[in-house]
Amino acid sequence: MVTAAITERNKTLLLKSVIHLGALIPLVYTYYLAVTDNLGGDPVEAIIHFTGVGAFNLLLLTLAVSPLAKKFKAKFVMNTRRLLGLYAFSYALCHVLNFLFFEIQFDFSLFISEVVKRPYISVGMLAFLLLIPLAVTSLGSIKRKMGKSWQQLHNVSYLILLLVAIHFYWSVKSEIIEPSVYLLFALFLLSLRKDKLKRWFKRTRSERPEKMKLR
Amino acid sequence: MLIKKTTKYSLTENSVTPEAVYRDRRHLLKQMGFVGAGALLASSPVLAGAFDIFGNKRQEKFVGRRLDFAPDLSVKNETLTPEAKVISHNNFYEFGTQKQQPAELAQSFRVEPWQLRISGAVDNPLTLDYDDLYKSFPLEERIYRLRCVEAWSMVIPWVGFPLAALLKKASPNSRARYVAFETLYDPEQMPGQRSRRIGGGIKYPYVEGLRLDEAMHPLTLMTVGLYGKTLPPQNGAPIRLVVPWKYGFKSIKSIVSIKLVEKMPPTTWNLLAPSEYGFYANVNPEVDHPRWSQASERRITSGGLFARNRIPTLAYNGYGEEVAHLYKNMDLRKYY
Repeated sequence: MVTAAITERNKTLLLKSVIHLGALIPLVYTYYLAVTDNLGGDPVEAIIHFTGVGAFNLLLLTLAVSPLAKKFKAKFVMNTRRLLGLYAFSYALCHVLNFLFFEIQFDFSLFISEVVKRPYISVGMLAFLLLIPLAVTSLGSIKRKMGKSWQQLHNVSYLILLLVAIHFYWSVKSEIIEPSVYLLFALFLLSLRKDKLKRWFKRTRSERPEKMKLR
Repeated sequence: MLIKKTTKYSLTENSVTPEAVYRDRRHLLKQMGFVGAGALLASSPVLAGAFDIFGNKRQEKFVGRRLDFAPDLSVKNETLTPEAKVISHNNFYEFGTQKQQPAELAQSFRVEPWQLRISGAVDNPLTLDYDDLYKSFPLEERIYRLRCVEAWSMVIPWVGFPLAALLKKASPNSRARYVAFETLYDPEQMPGQRSRRIGGGIKYPYVEGLRLDEAMHPLTLMTVGLYGKTLPPQNGAPIRLVVPWKYGFKSIKSIVSIKLVEKMPPTTWNLLAPSEYGFYANVNPEVDHPRWSQASERRITSGGLFARNRIPTLAYNGYGEEVAHLYKNMDLRKYY
């Protein structure tokens, strides 16, 4: 029993280390290339694309964790979900800040008008704003305090996934194959939650009248 | 006393790349190789996968030939975009939709032999062979701003000859009202034309068009070189159009056909998304692209991520004094 627990813990540690390296090294290296003007003709466009696609990759990975952990009965995989989610948020934060700092260059009125006027940016920004409460409530102590409502809140990640897929698809000029592949991945991950989503919709429908009765 | 006449589109001295940088271009070219590899490493796994197919074939690098031309001494006001960036940041979907792809996938593109046919409503149809491109007309340098519809811009020293000179030689007849241009269609050489995935799903061959008066305007340049040498393939070798007051997609690359026609010809981006790209495509800070603002642009020069390079976009890309009269009485919101 003890040895089994230790190996599980080691596996978790190992996988977490891999995630740290896999997320941090490309990020730091790409910023280094961009700052030193070695990231192609337009480092701004390149870094925005890199962090955006990176955030999407990490979000997909995060949402692949629980189906994978269940299928292979691997608890240590489950233990890495929060870390992956937080990296997805970090990449998304970099993506938004890159846009504001380097693309818009602190012209706040332009920033606001672009976010409001351009639907693909609005959708992306909405996805980012929805990510914030998920990142904040990922702290263990908050998670425990929230009890059941934590899972309900974090079900928002399915909506975020869809919004991000739309944001990517909408942002390109004509090269829709890559965003289409991403959209398919996203839909596949959602289809794995088919039953859960169905139950969730039913419950929210049937719960409302009950709550009204209680009041 | 020498009195120098400058026009408004003239750029002045501080716009030109420092001479040391210009002279150091071979070194910059070498660095570019590193940039290419770096960008490749840094791209996402999905994108990197797309490159693996080509990564194995080590391609020879295209070497440009020096051209004889009259230098542009009028332009002094803006910083040139370094040559390394001009030749590594390209929208040329025939060689891939990502900016660095054309520089990677176009190096073995064959520009010789080449034939450019001028036909249609002309009294004297003619064909220029590869050598004719450089010998038929005196070559001149033109330092122009290039404004991409994606809201970035460059300043580039092109080498070429006015399209007007070529058209006059062909002598358009009374039916000629528009000029239709066509890029080479050669899927064997142009991977973007072979594969939808690489070519971004636009219809090939790429076609563009101008009204005859736009085509005859002295600023409209048939371009065979940049930075003093023949065009690299990724920039549209051996011959391309440059229309500096219009968004970059009008400046069609690797042209094989110029046809004088009666009716407004179809143009590639307009066919793909008519609500986003019009036939005229004059640079206009007042009319936004439906998905982004055109009021300002990022000027690509040197400097990395922290370069403060966002500048206001000028009507007609700053060439209004020369070209605004062409669009007198036209509703530019309707004819974008």
